[in-house]
Amino acid sequence: MTSHPFKNIAIGVAFSPNLKANLHEAARLSLLFNAKLSLIHVGEESEEKRNRVEKCLLTFKNQSLDYSIDFKSGTPVDVILTHIDNKNIDLIILGALQQENILTYYLGSIARKITRAAACSILLLIKPSVERQVCQHIVVNGLKDDHTPETVQMAFFVANALQTQRLTIVEEIKESELSIKVDDDASLRKANLQREKIRRQEDARVDRILDQIPENYKSDISIEKQPIFGTRGYSIGHFAQISRADLLVMNAPGKMNFWDRLFPHDIEYILTELPTDVLIIR
Amino acid sequence: MLAAIGLIILGKQFHIMLGNRLDLDSSIDYLLAIPQTIIGVFKYEDIQLTHAAIAGVVALLIMIFYGKIRNKYFKFFPAPMWIVVISIATSYFYELVLKEDHPIANEYMIPEIPSGAEIVTSIPVPDFGLMGSWAFWASVLSLTLIASIESLLSIKAVDQLDPQKRRSNVNRDLKALGLATISSGFLGGLNVVTVIARSSVNVNNGGTNRSSNFAHAMFLVSFVWLFSSQLTRIPLPALMAILVYTGYKLASPTLIKKLFTIGKEQLIIFFVTLLTTLFIDLITGIIAGILITFIIHIILNRNVLLFIQNLLKPNVLMYKESKGNYYISVKHFCTFLNFYKLKQQLDLVPEDQDVVLDLSLCQFVDHTVLENLNGYQSVFHKRGGHFEIIGLDMHGAESDHPFALRKLIPGISFITANLTKRQNTLQEIAEEFDMTYAAEKTQDEDFLDSFKYFQFKKVERVYNRIFNNGKQFKIFDIHYSEGEFITKADVKTTMLNIKVNRILPEFTLDREGFLERVYGLAGFKDIPPIENHSDFSKRFYLLGEDTHGIQDFFNDDLVRFFESNPYYHIESDGHSLLVFRSDRTAGIKEIKALIDFGKRLHKIVQKAV
Repeated sequence: MTSHPFKNIAIGVAFSPNLKANLHEAARLSLLFNAKLSLIHVGEESEEKRNRVEKCLLTFKNQSLDYSIDFKSGTPVDVILTHIDNKNIDLIILGALQQENILTYYLGSIARKITRAAACSILLLIKPSVERQVCQHIVVNGLKDDHTPETVQMAFFVANALQTQRLTIVEEIKESELSIKVDDDASLRKANLQREKIRRQEDARVDRILDQIPENYKSDISIEKQPIFGTRGYSIGHFAQISRADLLVMNAPGKMNFWDRLFPHDIEYILTELPTDVLIIR
Repeated sequence: MLAAIGLIILGKQFHIMLGNRLDLDSSIDYLLAIPQTIIGVFKYEDIQLTHAAIAGVVALLIMIFYGKIRNKYFKFFPAPMWIVVISIATSYFYELVLKEDHPIANEYMIPEIPSGAEIVTSIPVPDFGLMGSWAFWASVLSLTLIASIESLLSIKAVDQLDPQKRRSNVNRDLKALGLATISSGFLGGLNVVTVIARSSVNVNNGGTNRSSNFAHAMFLVSFVWLFSSQLTRIPLPALMAILVYTGYKLASPTLIKKLFTIGKEQLIIFFVTLLTTLFIDLITGIIAGILITFIIHIILNRNVLLFIQNLLKPNVLMYKESKGNYYISVKHFCTFLNFYKLKQQLDLVPEDQDVVLDLSLCQFVDHTVLENLNGYQSVFHKRGGHFEIIGLDMHGAESDHPFALRKLIPGISFITANLTKRQNTLQEIAEEFDMTYAAEKTQDEDFLDSFKYFQFKKVERVYNRIFNNGKQFKIFDIHYSEGEFITKADVKTTMLNIKVNRILPEFTLDREGFLERVYGLAGFKDIPPIENHSDFSKRFYLLGEDTHGIQDFFNDDLVRFFESNPYYHIESDGHSLLVFRSDRTAGIKEIKALIDFGKRLHKIVQKAV
């Protein structure tokens, strides 16, 4: 398990009402993760803009935050993506709208485009705050997937950095894995037995992942496992919402095409409804 | 929709019931012609037609008053059977005693069933010539819809009646129904779904599997075969009266009143569907009903996007919490449009489990959903599970939601202020006996479930309760029903429940033996006479399982008590007694007598250890 996964953190700066809150969150995280913060703004460089950003980060400068500001022109998505490549960014922080409306869904907001194309981990902030809000509950996916162990490890790393007390691993199980269709009371009984069996298998799999995690990472956190039968990607988002999670940690999606966007699945559900802050690990 | 079908049936058959065969274009014309037919009855020149009308009216009266009379001999046959029996008897009376012709015109009697050979030759060849026409598809769709809906409703009802608490396979039933409809259609027949009448009779007589259905079918075939000549003695108007009554029940004013209490928008939906169905046809009526419901929902929420954006997205999350109960959360909205998603999840939960349904993330929940959830609630309740709906409390407060959301959530009263005279007196009685009175409906009715008397009955509500401090002694009005759908009979009565601080044997004590059958199903058998009390054994029917325990329990004191006091039906479920007498709500005097009887019985039972 790496002890220092995020060395370079970037944030896209837009001069929106959320600017101060976004910058504060990014700066705080950089300090917590012991990382360099790189700010990127798409647009003309001006003394006034630079001053506004500097002003926001004043308190953090005193805590020896290492940061740089870049101004570049071009289309926002391309600029940010090349910036990620050039500067070896490990984590990009983006402010996102909580629920995209139907128009931006098809046009694709900047945040979502970057989410799909970026080669690094992404943190989507839906409720940035100037003051620090303690992150009390992290939900992480426990899908049956090659990337899951890494994602869970990262979730534990973040949980320790943020001093989170509670971490829930959600194992989403597709309904289609159930071979028995419930028609009457006999098939219902059988189906429930099968569910119980799958649930145990999933729990065992997650336990193996947990075994890989060093004890000192686990000791201060109450760990829960929650198997859920349901639509993949959707259920975990809904769960994060009702369990009032402060951060949702997910595997990065595979390649996506137009049809995936038209008929949402997996992580797309979360991107359209963003139940809470989302960290996508790549 | 069912109301519209009811009115169509009522409209068409009403005329035949009164001996006036009409041939009109649309269903609405038939309804409008009803007053004319009624006036026409008094002007018949043909006495035979008058007789036909009399037969119809008498049959209708039997149907109407059957439910109101509670007499065990009268209840031996169901009402339609009485009509048939009386019709045939009258016909024989004319033929054998008066030696006269039957007084009703031949065209108003059931025609004779043709012989086997005739049937074979008259089987039509399927003709798909009209396949291109709207009328063809309208009939196909109507038949499919009506048959499926009727069948599904019946399954729902029968599953609730099933003493073994099983869940039926809906898909298999629909497949069988489809197959039957197709094959009977090819032979020129029209299928009829009679499941509910047959099934409730089967259940009431201890049938538990499909062999009871098969027996029924065989019985039907042999009956038609052997007694078909008797059928020609039944006047058509008498049979039509059964249909008229059924039609009326489907569209009764009480139904409309009930809808109004849910909300005004329900009335709009109801009348749009009803009128479209009557003036155009069933399919258009259903489509119009769905559209108007959707439009009303949009207007109520002033938000189209809520529905359009979220209609296709998944919105239900279910998981098993570590405590072992199921938790279900629904997002966005939950109406008839997407209820199936919630239903899919609900159907995966065995009914003896605990479920918490959280609707707090739902911006809008409609009446259809709440009604269905209420159904789930009662099934779970009956089968030992628990079904709780949370998160709806703020809906009313957040906005002035016009839907009767709160009304449908159980636990909230249906009567509060404005007590009747009887209720006021009950309050006085309660004070007199140092007890508490509560007028409103209670949810706390599960104590009744353990009594065998309620094993085939559905408790609709318990209200007007008088109880003492620890609720060990309570008198209450109860409304329960037997059977379902058109065979449903409602009973309102007053009962007394006494909790005893000792273990009792399970038994039932009754003066008449006619309940024997009901308890026989539960494994109760006759208890042999108790020594030295032959008079008691002669006068009372004592049933139970544990013969010795019961014989020991009925000691001299208790037997003498029963012998010297007014008669009540008494049942024990092991730790409490249920005492009641009649099939109607008790008057003030009777309630006082019941309290007195109960108090003395309580003393004796408590003492006798």
